[in-house]
Amino acid sequence: MAEATFGTRPPNSPLVGTASRRRSEAVVRLVLTSGGLLSMAISLAIVLSLAYEAFLFLSSIDLSQLVAPGWFPRRGMFDLLTLFLGTAMVAGIAMLLAAPIGLATAIYLSEYASPRVRRTVKPVLEILAGVPSVVLGFFALTFISPNVVQTIFPTAQGFSFMAAGLGVGILTIPLVASISEDAMRAVPRSLREASYGLGARRITTTFRVVLPAAISGVMAAMILAISRTIGETMVVAVAAGATGGSLRTANPLGPGQTLTAAMASLATGSDQVTGDSSAYLSLFFLGLLLFGVTLLLNVAGDVVVRRTRQKY
Amino acid sequence: MASRSAAAIVVQGSLRARSRDWGGSILQVLLVLALLFSLATLLVLVFDQLAKALPVFQERGVDFLTSGLSSNPANAGVAQGIVGTAVIAVLVSLLAFPLGIGTAVYLEEYAPDNRFTRLLVLNIRNLAGVPSVVFGLLGLSVFVAALAAIGMGNGRNLISGSLTLTVLVLPIVIITTSEALRAVPNTIREAGFGIGASRWQVVRKLLLPAASPGILTGTVLALSRALGETAPLIVAGAVLGSFSNTGASVADTLTGPYTALPVIVYDWARKPQEEFRALTAAAIIVLLVITLIANAVAIVFRNRAEKTW
Repeated sequence: MAEATFGTRPPNSPLVGTASRRRSEAVVRLVLTSGGLLSMAISLAIVLSLAYEAFLFLSSIDLSQLVAPGWFPRRGMFDLLTLFLGTAMVAGIAMLLAAPIGLATAIYLSEYASPRVRRTVKPVLEILAGVPSVVLGFFALTFISPNVVQTIFPTAQGFSFMAAGLGVGILTIPLVASISEDAMRAVPRSLREASYGLGARRITTTFRVVLPAAISGVMAAMILAISRTIGETMVVAVAAGATGGSLRTANPLGPGQTLTAAMASLATGSDQVTGDSSAYLSLFFLGLLLFGVTLLLNVAGDVVVRRTRQKY
Repeated sequence: MASRSAAAIVVQGSLRARSRDWGGSILQVLLVLALLFSLATLLVLVFDQLAKALPVFQERGVDFLTSGLSSNPANAGVAQGIVGTAVIAVLVSLLAFPLGIGTAVYLEEYAPDNRFTRLLVLNIRNLAGVPSVVFGLLGLSVFVAALAAIGMGNGRNLISGSLTLTVLVLPIVIITTSEALRAVPNTIREAGFGIGASRWQVVRKLLLPAASPGILTGTVLALSRALGETAPLIVAGAVLGSFSNTGASVADTLTGPYTALPVIVYDWARKPQEEFRALTAAAIIVLLVITLIANAVAIVFRNRAEKTW
């Protein structure tokens, strides 16, 4: 970052320029610095506002309310396990779809595809990544659920974690594919050439040489993808159905709520809760939990990359 | 080929694998299938929505785009959503692009390489990974509250919504701009300093023009992201259900109740009446046209600008 430009700074000598020039440089520096500080302020504002209102929430309820047969915020039932189970199911289903397909796509693009195929396919993946999540939610509800989920599992209901998880998975494929592909393409050619030189086939080279060398990037891709599936809101809010609340359930074929869907449902229409009720404040408590979990995963992704990265 | 020597034929024959590499072939087929899965999904999604939306566009035509929200599916339209999304696009561009590009210039060209700068960079990378719904909470507790405090009604208006989305896309703009600036080789900077340019002159006259394709791509992608986001707007107070515009003036539009295209999609997707299924699909088509065009523009920019120094 800054070290790249270090050597290029003009020397601190008589060549410092006129007073007016130095003044305008100082103004520019000040303006740009405040821009940098703004991002810090945003982070602080997120943490502080979430923490404050989450504290208000926790002090407004009896802690035993956090364990209940289900998540029904307006009836004072704030069962976190309900939401964690839902989130885990959606993230698990999504990763079962996105991890193998994303990784296979990355392997194909990096090791097999001709440059022309890659040039045409990558934009399509990027467009898939650009589809708004609420659109995928509607698609999951009106297409995936009746045509895929209920065909394979006749007992599945119209709203289900399964349909939502598959929708989230589709959204996550491009993320897994693009980060893994970057990691595999960063493996130097000489490693592949050495492998071919020893008589290895392409499949051997891919799985015994390239993939192990790129494992840090692939791991990071998976961790970031999990973080993304946990934070995905609209697909679940539309396709998993339950508004208002949900009983504690571990049935992936039925409706229910996740951390994020519960937030969307708390903030919307029929359940709109405002003022200082503990249901309203629980919105911020969930936000803080979500922020904490995804932050942990993102930091873990960074650490994995740094621990396992090999320098070539 | 006829001129190949006998020795060459023998050598080639012995180099060729003894048998067909079945494992390799099967793997390759599997890999292609994985790739086709994404492409097929995208196609199915678009055509499924088109098929569902077609009756609406046939019956209603432009009327669907120009009529307001209504609980009666026969005359519900997306006009307010289009207005909301357009205003959000303008405000987010005005706010997020200068701020994001400025921050990236600071981090890449001005900031000293010390612990604080590294903390800033780490912080921005983490902000990019924060779920969008959390930004909605920030909008609700900071922007909505602030606007309400200075007397803009209940604060749930296009200004607070746009500020929320600005904060959401800011990390994306910063990261892509930083990458574009980093791709400009140091020789360009050295040449600028060598002829006596100040740091700001180097940035403005040399680096920003050289990095502009990459910056443009990043900003367009960020904008497309902002236009497709639903969760932050719902949390930060976009209206679900119908509302009437209190007036047509710019001030009323900015400070009154609002909605946006993706919010309408969410609202209609939850309605039980069958007629709203088709309307939802039609609204999705309008939304997809906007976001996918933005994405495609960004991709074209980048492909055209891929420059090797």
